[in-house]
Amino acid sequence: MDEALKELGTHLELKRPDCVLSWEVAHHELNVDVAPASITGFVEFLRADATCRFSSLVDITAVDYPEREARFDVVYHFLSMYQNQRIRVRCALREDEMIPSIASVHPSANWFEREVFDMFGIIFSGHPDLRRILTDYGFRGYPLRKDFPTTGYTEVRYDEAQKRVVYEPVKLVQEYRQFDFMSPWEGADYILPGDDKAPGAKGRA
Amino acid sequence: MMDGSAFNDAQTDEQRIRNFNINFGPQHPAAHGVLRLVLELDGEIVERADPHIGLLHRGTEKLMESRTYLQNLPYFDRLDYVAPMNQEHAWCLAIEKLTGVEVPRRAQLIRVLYSEIGRVLNHLLNVTTQAMDVGALTPPLWGFEEREKLMIFYERACGARLHAAYFRPGGVHQDLPPELVEDIDAWAADFPAVIDDIDGLLTENRIFKQRNVDIGVISEQDILDWGFSGVMVRGSGLAWDLRRSQPYECYDEFDFQIPVGKNGDCYDRYLVRMEEMRQSTHIIRQACEKLRHEKGDVLARGKITPPKRGEMKTSMEALIHHFKLYTEGFHVPAGEVYAAVEAPKGEFGVYLVADGTNKPYRAKLRAPGFLHLQAMDYMTRGHQLADVAAIIGTMDVVFGEIDR
Repeated sequence: MDEALKELGTHLELKRPDCVLSWEVAHHELNVDVAPASITGFVEFLRADATCRFSSLVDITAVDYPEREARFDVVYHFLSMYQNQRIRVRCALREDEMIPSIASVHPSANWFEREVFDMFGIIFSGHPDLRRILTDYGFRGYPLRKDFPTTGYTEVRYDEAQKRVVYEPVKLVQEYRQFDFMSPWEGADYILPGDDKAPGAKGRA
Repeated sequence: MMDGSAFNDAQTDEQRIRNFNINFGPQHPAAHGVLRLVLELDGEIVERADPHIGLLHRGTEKLMESRTYLQNLPYFDRLDYVAPMNQEHAWCLAIEKLTGVEVPRRAQLIRVLYSEIGRVLNHLLNVTTQAMDVGALTPPLWGFEEREKLMIFYERACGARLHAAYFRPGGVHQDLPPELVEDIDAWAADFPAVIDDIDGLLTENRIFKQRNVDIGVISEQDILDWGFSGVMVRGSGLAWDLRRSQPYECYDEFDFQIPVGKNGDCYDRYLVRMEEMRQSTHIIRQACEKLRHEKGDVLARGKITPPKRGEMKTSMEALIHHFKLYTEGFHVPAGEVYAAVEAPKGEFGVYLVADGTNKPYRAKLRAPGFLHLQAMDYMTRGHQLADVAAIIGTMDVVFGEIDR
């Protein structure tokens, strides 16, 4: 199984050296890294090439790595029902960059791209109808970015006096519970309260 | 008329006909949940359909990033709540793929058994409520009776009728008692008669056929363009089933057929679902037979699963392991995987990015209904308004998984 994927990876690299930056086989899956600018051509090639025939788009999503220069990874999954194979295509993208839409090649990309736009704020150039899809009408912010708080910024309730739904800044009766599971002797980078012996603790200097 | 000024045909012999926009849902019995469908109609003909989704969006993917792998499992029951265990299965497979855990054989059989029960649960609901959308009332009453029995099997295995949390990374939560296996087998022996009853109500029913035959026809090219999976593919004659083509668990040792349709219309998809229920019953009986002989553990004992209860009474290490597992949770090695199962609605996949901690860095849930609903505009265009209900029904959409 891995052999076939390696063959496919080599084939892609030979046929489209301009697109493929690198490829690897991990966990019995083929990952191909592609430059954002060439994604449309590469997807078209994957669909049309006789040895690939990745004609079904399975998924488009993104992953946020805030510490990286190219902050986002846009991840495409394709499936070939004819060759019975899967492929994952990744594009690293800076926050200020746009990525071409593949909706012209796969109409099914339409909603996926809308979702990625909604959740991450990545703009797909040439998309026919780039609106928010899952979040509320008039929602602001990009929820799946790592710097967006899980609680969000606004909350809604029905206001009996105004007879309509009102939006208010989120109020938490209790702090959002984020537990720290690291035990202190497994390399925690904080100083326990009252730990006088820790290096750099108060009173030691 | 609302714009009477532009509508004075008596004087000019001219009519300006305006398309009519209606909101289908969010509160509509045939919308199968909270779908708001903005339809542009030319008389009775649908010119454009714009589904507004997200009314049930709970931010599952965001929530998952701040919970441990095990705490995330119950979220999967709440995606497609019609067949909960099938979703859990995908999550477990993804984790097992990354950690390299081998599931014991008895647990694999139990998973297959309950996945197929889930398939019957789903198809029973879908077939009968779709029939209700096009005017039949009896099928849902009969179908839900059987669903009730199946949910009792769910309850007897895990204690919950819907939100099971039964499949766990490394196996299943608890073993099945022998009487339960016998009862499931006895149910599976009787069930084909119920399918025959529903079959007798619907298959040759004149109204049902008028409402479904040649409605929502899908071609092979449409399947590829719109990324369909599951019954939406098989109804059009492509024998594509992940259980067969990319076997997971121990599906490769089961004997079952993959039904396919010929015309790719709503009626063929109904027939495929009916036949799939029969095939699932067949698999259930085989699994019961295998479970009678296959004894053994149902969890791969190790880092990601709890120790046995008895061990905890005597072993300090086991006690610590149990405590750490249910507070900190297990750590998953860094990497990314995509694991997919043939859920009743189509290919349900999980794309999991792990960074070596006890929480997923990113988890994307790939719901089949999302793609099916996306094609709503394409499929309903040119159909009558009444067909919209039939097409939503046949797409088998559930908003728990679409909105996530």
